[in-house]
Amino acid sequence: MSLHSLQNNRFSVEPARSGLLSELWRLQLLNKHISRESIKSLARQHELAEIEVEGVTSFYHFFHQKPAGKHTVYINNSIISELKGFERIRETLERETGAHLNSVDPSGTFGLFATPCIGLSDQEPAALIDFYPFTNLNALKAKEIIQKLKQGKLPEDLCDAPQDNIRYTPHNNRTLFFAPYERGQAIKQLSGLGPDGVIGQLRLAELSGRGGAAFPTWKKWDTCRTYKDSPKFIVCNADEGEPGTFKDRVLLNNQPGSVLEGMIIAGYAVGASYGIIYLRGEYRWLLTKLENEIVAFHDKGILGSDVGGIKGFNFDIRIEVGAGAYVCGEETALLESIEGKRGEPRTKWYYPVEKGYLQLPTVVNNVETFAAAARLLQLGSSEYLKRGIPGSPGTKLISVSGDCKLPGIYEIEWGMTVAELLDVCGAEDPFFIQVSGPSGECISLKEKYKRISMLDLMAQKDIRCGGSFMIFNSHRDLVHILMNFSEFFKHESCGVCTPCRAGNFIIERKLERLNNGLADMNDLKELKSWGTIMKSASRCGLGKTASNTIIQSLEKFDDYFKARFSETDNSTYKKFNHSASVAEYEQYKP
Amino acid sequence: MATCTFWIDGKKYEAEEGSNLVDAAKENGVFIPSLCYFKHIDPPLGTCRTCTCKINGKFNPACTESIREGLKVEVNTPELVDIRKALIEMMFSEGNHFCPACEKSGNCDLQHMGYELKVSVSRFPHLFKDRLIDYIPKRMVMEHNRCIKCRRCVEEVFTSDGKRVFMYINRGNDTMVGIDYEQEAKLSESEAENAMKICPTGAIIVRGKSLSIPFGDRVFDLQSSQKHFKHNVIEKPKGANFEKKTIATVSLAGCFGCHMSMLDIDTEILDIAELVSFNKSPLTDIKTFTQRCHLGLVEGGCCNTENIETLKKFREMCDLLVVVGECAIWGGLPAMRNTIPLGECLEEAYLNSVTSEPGENTVPYHEDLPKILDRIYGCNEIVKVDYTIPGCPPSPNHIWKVVRSLLWGEDYSLLYSEFKYD
Repeated sequence: MSLHSLQNNRFSVEPARSGLLSELWRLQLLNKHISRESIKSLARQHELAEIEVEGVTSFYHFFHQKPAGKHTVYINNSIISELKGFERIRETLERETGAHLNSVDPSGTFGLFATPCIGLSDQEPAALIDFYPFTNLNALKAKEIIQKLKQGKLPEDLCDAPQDNIRYTPHNNRTLFFAPYERGQAIKQLSGLGPDGVIGQLRLAELSGRGGAAFPTWKKWDTCRTYKDSPKFIVCNADEGEPGTFKDRVLLNNQPGSVLEGMIIAGYAVGASYGIIYLRGEYRWLLTKLENEIVAFHDKGILGSDVGGIKGFNFDIRIEVGAGAYVCGEETALLESIEGKRGEPRTKWYYPVEKGYLQLPTVVNNVETFAAAARLLQLGSSEYLKRGIPGSPGTKLISVSGDCKLPGIYEIEWGMTVAELLDVCGAEDPFFIQVSGPSGECISLKEKYKRISMLDLMAQKDIRCGGSFMIFNSHRDLVHILMNFSEFFKHESCGVCTPCRAGNFIIERKLERLNNGLADMNDLKELKSWGTIMKSASRCGLGKTASNTIIQSLEKFDDYFKARFSETDNSTYKKFNHSASVAEYEQYKP
Repeated sequence: MATCTFWIDGKKYEAEEGSNLVDAAKENGVFIPSLCYFKHIDPPLGTCRTCTCKINGKFNPACTESIREGLKVEVNTPELVDIRKALIEMMFSEGNHFCPACEKSGNCDLQHMGYELKVSVSRFPHLFKDRLIDYIPKRMVMEHNRCIKCRRCVEEVFTSDGKRVFMYINRGNDTMVGIDYEQEAKLSESEAENAMKICPTGAIIVRGKSLSIPFGDRVFDLQSSQKHFKHNVIEKPKGANFEKKTIATVSLAGCFGCHMSMLDIDTEILDIAELVSFNKSPLTDIKTFTQRCHLGLVEGGCCNTENIETLKKFREMCDLLVVVGECAIWGGLPAMRNTIPLGECLEEAYLNSVTSEPGENTVPYHEDLPKILDRIYGCNEIVKVDYTIPGCPPSPNHIWKVVRSLLWGEDYSLLYSEFKYD
């Protein structure tokens, strides 16, 4: 049995505070909100000031301090959802539930909220109802769902099982992730290799982090190994929040074993005994599957004590469920969150490998990195190296969405060109492609012969892709896309540093000006300059990358913006919307 | 501890290994501006980002960097100076900072940093987000309009039993510093005053304590700005081809304070009258332009359609348009209403106020009345503005120096005390 060593979803070595998120989840699911009394009693229980518990509660999107309805509906408002009909679904749901967006209907039955990308971009419009997924919505389907819920049917019985949509794997059986899987095959290699050997294999295969930063995995593990503090932790970052990404969802659904094995391998290599999967709240519906997999691992003897028959190697894994905060994908924010705190990134004073979770040595890697590590050990580095291109070996999972015939997961070998990928996914009139999500980079067709690899960070020659690949056709409004991104960052900023908290707000105001036709080239110049300031001065990756797309699109889509906005306006009178400015007062006309 | 060599802007310095860069620079006589940094908070907060430098080629705040051998730091490059200035401007644009109405004015780190970094006008639009003023705490008032979320109080103020009094709540642009009423009540008087003291702005105000230090006697007041009146400001410009110029002035949505400041030049106004003649202006009571003017001075922003018309007329009739004072620049004090929907303001004033006559309560609306705008607009949102003179109000010296310089092309210099307005 799994969870044998767990009390209240905590390992015995973890302090009580680490259970705070789970307790808040329990209260949220039970009472549909976290009441003042609950906050009071949690504060007493943890010997904290109430404001501290409130600080944690109010940080997370899925924790409500007012009742959020007997059924809580979250509609995704990511840009992909908007393209696929968000507005119609919102209208339908508002009509059917009687709740306005971001509120609860008068009877308290339905709460209707907008939420950023829920990792179902290949089957949008999508929504979560009581955290169960509903995909490919249309007005009729949405209406039926609400009617059935009103009749007393349960969301768990009505929900969809999201398709994996694995559209492409490398030819000649060179798939890495989706080869037939048998539990324990990778772990079998451990005793033969020893910790040095494991890290050596990773090094030979040049495995690098798949969360986006492409940091060499062997280096991370090797550094963590040198620290003597104990216990050490292996944390799996399954907080896949970058809009347009859903590869980790598919991996966790399709290959949960590979991910667990990867974590166990890491534990063996660095000398850790505890693993924690930080599963984003949006993927709560995957929780049972993962827990079952953990149980199966225990039953097979590859979790628990003397894992895989290796004397003295004890390893266990638990799952922490996030609660709706994009910034928790940042590794130090994620660690804070597991500690039961607000998910605010730490400064880079220490790296997690030295002082991570609970200030103890911690390896944080992405879901895909762990899965790749497991497959790598199973295959051996020489076999692994046959995939990809020199300097960037292996394969990469890419989540394709937007204006194409076949949205879904593409396992490409590093080195595939953008043009090839556009071709296989059936892209329709592609014009603006957003790679690695809103914080990544946008590319135009001029760059379609660039390779996708991890060779070049600055994207001069190649394009690095963290996983999200969103295609927009030539009829899409770029300002609208930028506004969607900017609103996303405004809400998802953790609020700690000025340039990100205020900057994203300011950028949004400026984009509104663009959208209202009040802007000229000078406004565009200012946007670029302000974006650059945010990039230079922000505290963590969120703020540093939030303005990427704005800066790049103004450069790469210069013609588009030039055609749409007039040259710098030096006329004596500024563009001013006179009727809008007096509209409110006109309501008092007798 | 070993001593290390490090470089700031190409100059070599020495400091103890591992010491904080902000402190090490200071010990060596290099000032790196910072707001949130406190020596004893470990690890440093790195929230305000004002101390952003280029460290070994990468942008990073100095406060989260410790001295090690060979560290190369850029502090005062034009780019970095501009970033720092932008960050302070961002704080002014993000919060609702109405210095003339603030207890901390003159004692405020943020205001001081504004002067230090020569912020005159924020390049960013003011956001005017409606923020709470929390009067519930027993001993304090939390003025969220002024909070810059530096986190000092969160990390610094604890009760004797080790509980936090302040904590961030919410997230994103809704983030604010919440105060725990129960814990706050436990603080001693001096602990509460300390919270007010460490706040770099006027966000934490202890009841009954806020005005205990008189104006003119505060930390950043080296001397009164009034004492520096210079008679030679108004000397007749030199040169043979001296020509008398025409000026127009107006007060839009302002308090006439800037005009009072112009008059504060006292008897020197007679000298000015020899240099310039006033056309349309409250000073002459000429209501409409009778000629084209060399220069227009505009006080106040636009709160109604009449303001917009007048401002456009000024633009049309003046060669140079100079806006004077904070209201004209971005809205100023009248912009306090920008955080509240117009309907609420009108209804509070005309319908629900205690003095409104029963049965007579209507919001005035007539075709002869100017229409009230949804918010106060700065002049540069309506017309092209040539120059701005910041201040609330700008000192008479400042105003006339600018006018003189613009009309006769003479250089001028401003004293620090002439540019400080608290």
